[in-house]
Amino acid sequence: MRAGDVFAPLEVEITRTLVVAGAIASRDFQDVHHDPELARRRGSPDVFMNILTTNGLVGRYVTDHFGPSAVLRKVAIRLGAPNYPGDTMVLTGTVEAVDGDLVTVKVIGDNGIGRHVTGTVVVTVGTGVLAADTITATAEPVTARTDRVTARTDRVTVTLPTGAPQ
Amino acid sequence: MVEDLSVRLKVYEGRAAVVGGVGKDPVNSPMIRHWCEAVGDTNPAYTGPDAIAPPTMLQVWTMGGLSGHPPGEAGRTGRTGRTGRSEAYEELLALLDGAGYTSVVATDCEQEYPRALRPGDEITFDSVIESVSERKTTRLGTGYFVTTRMDVRVGDELVGTHRFRILKYAPAAAPPPKRSEPQPQPQKQRPQRPRPVINRDNAGFWEGVERHRLLIQRCADCATLRLPWLPGCNACGSPEWDTVEACGDGTVHSYVVMHHPPFPAFDPPYAVGLIELVEGVRMVSNVIGVPYDKVRIGMPVRLEFACYDEELELPVFRAAGAGEATAEVGRG
Repeated sequence: MRAGDVFAPLEVEITRTLVVAGAIASRDFQDVHHDPELARRRGSPDVFMNILTTNGLVGRYVTDHFGPSAVLRKVAIRLGAPNYPGDTMVLTGTVEAVDGDLVTVKVIGDNGIGRHVTGTVVVTVGTGVLAADTITATAEPVTARTDRVTARTDRVTVTLPTGAPQ
Repeated sequence: MVEDLSVRLKVYEGRAAVVGGVGKDPVNSPMIRHWCEAVGDTNPAYTGPDAIAPPTMLQVWTMGGLSGHPPGEAGRTGRTGRTGRSEAYEELLALLDGAGYTSVVATDCEQEYPRALRPGDEITFDSVIESVSERKTTRLGTGYFVTTRMDVRVGDELVGTHRFRILKYAPAAAPPPKRSEPQPQPQKQRPQRPRPVINRDNAGFWEGVERHRLLIQRCADCATLRLPWLPGCNACGSPEWDTVEACGDGTVHSYVVMHHPPFPAFDPPYAVGLIELVEGVRMVSNVIGVPYDKVRIGMPVRLEFACYDEELELPVFRAAGAGEATAEVGRG
């Protein structure tokens, strides 16, 4: 794995159910996340996804890519265009930096009206993930990170999920 | 006025937003499952006997939910009401509400996770008001960004940090309702006026308004009258006070005509008067019963109480001689 590696995009359908389920699962009862009429009175055309749900989707996108051994260390997001029901958000990710087992990923989520989220995620990935990706990316013997790969480095066969199961 | 509000808001930077917050539920598997179902997360790390909570749930464990946080013990935690927020943070939000910035939207969330949370962990949290922005205009409306920084702990161990930025804004004009959707109830077309900011220092004033009595504070030591209500006497510093009821007569000491910017529930142009009561104190209020451009300094006025909606009655001043029939209550 190295900076510049690109994740497979994830399309998230913004259903009314997702907006409301995310708000309630995050214990967020702000009316703009479940009551269209009150949302309109507050100047919004409809209910919209809350920031906690976006945060969860961004985290999920990154851990889906790296697999269950990956551990989130930092998630920083900024919201722009709201996620309204009926829209689709497409998440894309790019590896920005690899420092030991710490990987920094830039995540972007665009919807039909603009950029919903810009985020930076720092995640610890298992040594297998680092090494395996190095093999597939460079087709070279594992030498660069042998200090971190302790067993059977010639036969690492970690499968990286490329898409995320819904 | 805007500059004045900015200055008043800046004072809150560095003050506590939440002191001694306690998670309503321990970290638990059902809430983890509900979250994973909602965001479609099938990561096996979040299920089974060694499950961790999704780190991005950090804020969830701090939420008050539908019933809110229990009020803090006065004096010890500085918490008020069911929000779990400090008095300082409540005041800051009330200032913004009072100025018409009644809506809120979250814009930024930055979290770090020193260690994973697991079912059974019981969290506590403290938060500080990190910054309040200048007045900004966004697509949603004009308002102020407020940034807080929260530390989440289990026992003494820091398990997460959470920087959160919200925009408190006055909604831009609401779009017309969609025709295709049923409208079972008639729309309230008109946004409501901001609510008065009622606190321990001025609650007596608003209780008086409820009973249609305009109460002036009087120093119990030196008898100096004061309005608006304050915790202490400006003349002698005494905290002791009683009240006298204003007789209701006064004159326009000064006034301005408000043209711009428009706030929800107000239709410019309108006159804002500084009314001098015959008792000698002054208060800011609306002058009713005359057009905005006919208000004059020295004009005699008489107190009355105007009802703006089911919950809001305010003392206003009618130009002497202006008949009830020409009143234009509700216009500014």
